[in-house]
Amino acid sequence: MHEDFDFIVAGAGMVGAAIAHGLAGARQRVLLLDGEDGDYRAAKANFGLVWVSGKGYGNPHYQRLSYEAGHLWPAFARELEQESGIALQYENRGGLNFCLGESQFEERSAAMRQWAARTPDLELGIEMLDRAALERRFPAVRFGPDVTGACFGSQDGHVNPLRLLAALQAAFLKRGGVLKSRHPVEHIEPLASGGFTVRSGAARFAARNVVIAAGLGSNKLGPMVGLDAPVRPQRGQILVTERLAPLLPVPASGIRQTGDGTVMLGVTQENVGYDLATTAEAAVRMSRNAVRVLPDLAGARLVRQWACLRVLTPDGCPVYAASASHCGAWIALCHSGVTLASFHAGPLALALAGGALPSFLDPLHYERFTFPQAV
Amino acid sequence: MSASRFRKLSEPGAPSLTLTIDGVPVEATPGETVAAVLLRQQTPASRTTPVKESPRAPYCMMGVCFDCLAVVDGVASTQTCLVTVREGMRVERQYGKRSLQS
Amino acid sequence: MMREFDVVILGAGPAGMSAAIGLRKQGLTVLVVDEQPAPGGQIWRAVESVAPTAAGQLLGAEYRAGQPIAQAFRDCGAVYQPQTQVWQIEPGWHVYMTCAGKVEAVRADRVLLAMGAQERPAPFAGWTLPGVMTVGAAQILLKTSRQVPSEPVWVAGSGPLPLLYMVQLLRAGGKIAGWLDTSPAGAWRRALPYLPDVLGRWGEVSKGLGWLRELRRAGVRRVRGVRSFRALGEGRLEALEYALPDGRSVRAPAQVLLAHEGLVPSVHMTRALECDHAWNEAQACWAPVLDAWGQTSRQGVYVAGDGAGIGGAEAARARGELAAVGIALHAGKLQARQAQALSAPIQERLRGHLRLRPMLDALYPPRADVLDPSDDTIVCRCEELTAGDIRQAAKLGQPGPNQIKAFTRAGMGPCQGRQCGYTIANILAKAHNRPVAEVGLQRVRPPLKPLTLGELATFNIEDEPR
Repeated sequence: MHEDFDFIVAGAGMVGAAIAHGLAGARQRVLLLDGEDGDYRAAKANFGLVWVSGKGYGNPHYQRLSYEAGHLWPAFARELEQESGIALQYENRGGLNFCLGESQFEERSAAMRQWAARTPDLELGIEMLDRAALERRFPAVRFGPDVTGACFGSQDGHVNPLRLLAALQAAFLKRGGVLKSRHPVEHIEPLASGGFTVRSGAARFAARNVVIAAGLGSNKLGPMVGLDAPVRPQRGQILVTERLAPLLPVPASGIRQTGDGTVMLGVTQENVGYDLATTAEAAVRMSRNAVRVLPDLAGARLVRQWACLRVLTPDGCPVYAASASHCGAWIALCHSGVTLASFHAGPLALALAGGALPSFLDPLHYERFTFPQAV
Repeated sequence: MSASRFRKLSEPGAPSLTLTIDGVPVEATPGETVAAVLLRQQTPASRTTPVKESPRAPYCMMGVCFDCLAVVDGVASTQTCLVTVREGMRVERQYGKRSLQS
Repeated sequence: MMREFDVVILGAGPAGMSAAIGLRKQGLTVLVVDEQPAPGGQIWRAVESVAPTAAGQLLGAEYRAGQPIAQAFRDCGAVYQPQTQVWQIEPGWHVYMTCAGKVEAVRADRVLLAMGAQERPAPFAGWTLPGVMTVGAAQILLKTSRQVPSEPVWVAGSGPLPLLYMVQLLRAGGKIAGWLDTSPAGAWRRALPYLPDVLGRWGEVSKGLGWLRELRRAGVRRVRGVRSFRALGEGRLEALEYALPDGRSVRAPAQVLLAHEGLVPSVHMTRALECDHAWNEAQACWAPVLDAWGQTSRQGVYVAGDGAGIGGAEAARARGELAAVGIALHAGKLQARQAQALSAPIQERLRGHLRLRPMLDALYPPRADVLDPSDDTIVCRCEELTAGDIRQAAKLGQPGPNQIKAFTRAGMGPCQGRQCGYTIANILAKAHNRPVAEVGLQRVRPPLKPLTLGELATFNIEDEPR
């Protein structure tokens, strides 16, 4: 089967779907290739935070990128909801990062001051709330005795990540994009005349450009077109409860109540290779933490625990790169696909459509791992 | 008001105990499940769903449908088909998304 | 300190009890956990207290046969822990469970899953209304509460269980408004190829024919060839509407409607453990792949009873006994020759008990619209999603069941796909023109039974040696 596209996007997860959606909006002919139902699919374990506070601690370029993405989100959400007809359950009324114990409050304050100082020109909107201030700000919430305060980030918010993915795919289709499920990309072959042939099983597709957004699968695909971006798995386990009446009005990093009323808890960071097993031990740890912050959660029924593999680059910050050896091949990797979705579907897709990554993404090329710059 | 949809076979001399459903005392036989008792009431429903607040009553009686959930002695979302009645047991129906704050 | 056993058995029904008795004979230490308050599983539910009573009489000899087994089980020296729910099993094998609001973990060399079967999810419009239940549920009410529908009851479905229940109900003085027999016409033709099995197991067959006779003599209205029906009412069952073979629609008032389209093995735990499963075309269900001893594709995990394949109480007992021999063999308590000698007569018995299965499968296929429910039929009870909702999401690419779950929330409620998994697979198979066996089911995640965060938080997991 031969079809000609402007772009083939390998991977229909949070990153691939957003980029494809943006490209289709820039009037590109796009083929979006998705893997099998049982593939790793990091998008299924995204916590759903649209988070700016503390992002890119140690990497001001990523810090700025997150801020930019956060700013684009409200308009992006409105437009996507309208186009797809799918309600995203997006809220941006700020977010909390709880501190348990006095020293944690001091440490967090210092860390956030340092973080904010890196980009003094940005209105980062963070404030440290001590216990009393926290209670005043959220009078209806019952905090546990160990909660000494929290960092409140006014730029933070949350969204239903699964609806986001469904909406991106639905809107992509409405924009005339082609989506093929159960078509994992197995091989990318550059064509002498320019462009690429992409093979999936017995099917072959051709395009001028190929974007690798295949999460952990990018390790295999990248080198085929000169994009040796290193990425490794990191397991994250998440818990979700039954649906409950509202008890937490804003998301926290580690606890958030979804638009359906369920409460999500998480996420672990485990280096266990490609092991997707859940552990009772992690469930106990996450439950203890949750109950320390919101003791009322002790009565909530845990309905489900699952694990996914985070797409982790060596420094945890995204990777964007154009292939030096294969013109028209690109790669995009990150583990914050939700926060960055607005950027991926917007400025990044536009830039790709125009044939070049914006220069402010240069520091996020993977060569930073081989040639680290003194910051 | 319709009569109850279920009735017990007459068992003369069978022991009985009392529990409350939403505060109302109700008779039960030792060894039976709370779900069975709920089904004998004018309202067989044990709850309304947290999704669309639809009334639900016990359906499978063996713990695989999760429709028979109710608050039993203060513990919410309990599968009543797996709970044996006890003297003085407090059963409360659950409505919609339940609140964790008492 | 964590308790350790040679074997942990999940389920105290015919298979679990028989396995425990057999394992104890070989000197293995055994823990049996079950979520009910007394042994018996579903088929022998509450048998210890009910068998000696009048209710025990009307329930029949096969039911009462559970009593001596329960006694032997109590006496065999296995540790028996009722009212306990297992929510996770991890390699090692660490079995996590809750009992009376407390979490506990035990360690075992081997795990035997004897968790039985469940009714095949067979949705129809209105099936979530209070007043609609499964036939099995009604039978459990009869066994554990001596409780029957107050008004004449409607029964819809086919198979041995509805026949047995209707007979038991009539004997108890209950009334039947009508039986919508959903088995397709031409039953005799379908049974014909199995004539030798019928003659070989004539006792069982004549029992079933006897039930049919009893129903006929009692004047039970039997409506044959019903292909579809729906339950109607505002917030509760008020009426039933069904379609006759000639296309006419009939409406009747109804207070209780009992539905049944056969049983399927409970594969929730075996799927959570990622055991291999095979699709059984004749029974339209998944079952774990097992060796002759009942061991799954995961070493140390065994299955016995209806969870291995629907077969009834006696077949379950035989499977339990076989698993006990196999586990004893694998644990080095028996030599191969001894195991062979012990198992040969059990295998023979098992073959006999399973002999009528193919005929029953042919006689009672599930209602056709189970494969293709109407758009307005709720398929995911927990999340209140309709077949139409699933079909809509199925248009986004060609999502499999896990993607559908992610996009619609189908399967994310407390039942975790027990009531909707098969139906979603059926809908996807039709929408994407793929065999249902290829579509598969959603991933099963722990906890297999919901427990509270408080129970988890207070669990002393560090105290357990690893």
